[in-house]
Amino acid sequence: MRLNKPWLPLEDSQIERIGAQLGVYELADDLGTVLYIGAADARSLFGLRGELEHRIGSAARFRVEVNTAYRTRQRELLMVHFADHGRYPEFNTEQETRGLGRLS
Amino acid sequence: MQLEMTEEQTLIVAMVRRFVREEILPLELNLDPDTDILDPDDEARLTGLVKEMGFYGMGIPPEYGGPDMDMVTRTLVAIEMSQHRAGLYAPCYGVFGGASLAQLFEANDDQKDRYLYPTLRGEKRGFFGLTEPSGGSDPARAIQTKAVQDGDDWVINGGKIFISGADRADYGLVFARTSEDKGRGGVTCFIVDTNTPGFHVRRIVHTLRSAHYATELQFDDMRVPAANILGEVNKGFAIANDRLSRQRIPYSAGCIGVAVKAHELALEYSKVRETFGAPLSSRQSIQWMLVDNEIDIQQARWATLEAASLADRGEPFRKQAAMAKLIASEGASRVVDRSMQIHGGYGVTKDFPVERWYREMRIRRIGEGPSEVQSHITARDILGASLR
Repeated sequence: MRLNKPWLPLEDSQIERIGAQLGVYELADDLGTVLYIGAADARSLFGLRGELEHRIGSAARFRVEVNTAYRTRQRELLMVHFADHGRYPEFNTEQETRGLGRLS
Repeated sequence: MQLEMTEEQTLIVAMVRRFVREEILPLELNLDPDTDILDPDDEARLTGLVKEMGFYGMGIPPEYGGPDMDMVTRTLVAIEMSQHRAGLYAPCYGVFGGASLAQLFEANDDQKDRYLYPTLRGEKRGFFGLTEPSGGSDPARAIQTKAVQDGDDWVINGGKIFISGADRADYGLVFARTSEDKGRGGVTCFIVDTNTPGFHVRRIVHTLRSAHYATELQFDDMRVPAANILGEVNKGFAIANDRLSRQRIPYSAGCIGVAVKAHELALEYSKVRETFGAPLSSRQSIQWMLVDNEIDIQQARWATLEAASLADRGEPFRKQAAMAKLIASEGASRVVDRSMQIHGGYGVTKDFPVERWYREMRIRRIGEGPSEVQSHITARDILGASLR
């Protein structure tokens, strides 16, 4: 259920190695606090790689998961984050978290 | 059987068709190809339009505020509503409103006050909890979730799987075994509040539907008051079964709508796409695919409308609904598959809706009772009680 891929430094050299597939990603700060949970959907010109290029200033690390069920997987990760921390990541918008369910 | 639409039905179908083409299809051009939700502003605007048209909440009986629309007309409308990319599982993105849980219309007054009316007002959401890891095709025997009476309460232990919307629901209908009877006689339907201690949504279950997930539920010593029993103790299976039969008609209609649209796209594409100096439509192999599409759609349309007509007349329709579901889901799957073939490489891309329909339509041969169960129901009906 949780995204258990390794964290990578959010640097151009690392992002260039990411494929342009559909999927989900997490951005975190230096301490590993997840700041944003995103998805590269079918409108993304360059998939995960393209999405990571629009990074958040305070983010220092990222991790990705290639997944064609990117929409439900993003919702699942947001719900798991809420179950773990009692709140959504700082940079996820209200529109992204609207109507999400609860896990227990 | 009347094979001609009435003047009113013709008008209603034309209105819904225009709504889909003028309001839904343009919005879809800018949406994620896999989404099943609209931007909140668009959703509110379109819901308002549907209410103005008088079509909101078509599955709601008129005495509860729904439009007075018979099953045949609702079927015709459902065929129109699903003719867009998200249409199979999110017809018109839900702006026509739902029927809530139809079983609640049979609830007692107290239960209606607590669950039905708030649901109709949009204040509460419910889920339908029948299928268990032990099986969904034969729910009467597969249900292992147990409820044991303790004073004025019942204590429920067990779990459910493939349940839609439970993570966002305020309550749900949960079917549990309440007697040693292993068959349909020992099942009771409980209305369960999701904030009850012991109610857990354990995980998301991802499927071919990339915009929608199911959930797995766990019940640990979940205490439910006897006042929350829907109907009578040990008579819950009839509640589930009635829902399963009725649901097969709109389920079939959704399949037909998508097949109609996939066929329409394939027809258009075959006329403009050229190979070896001539349009695809001039090739006999393509013509035969298009003819087979036409036949599959016609068969499904008439079988489904016949089941709806029987339901409207108050006659038994279980066999016809089962056959309609079988014909529509299998036939529409073939139509989408052929339409994808005609589109060639473009058919498998997310640039065209056929790719999404192909994935989602596969579920239709399993959901709401797989094809083999529909055959079993039909066989039982024509062979009589000797077949168990």
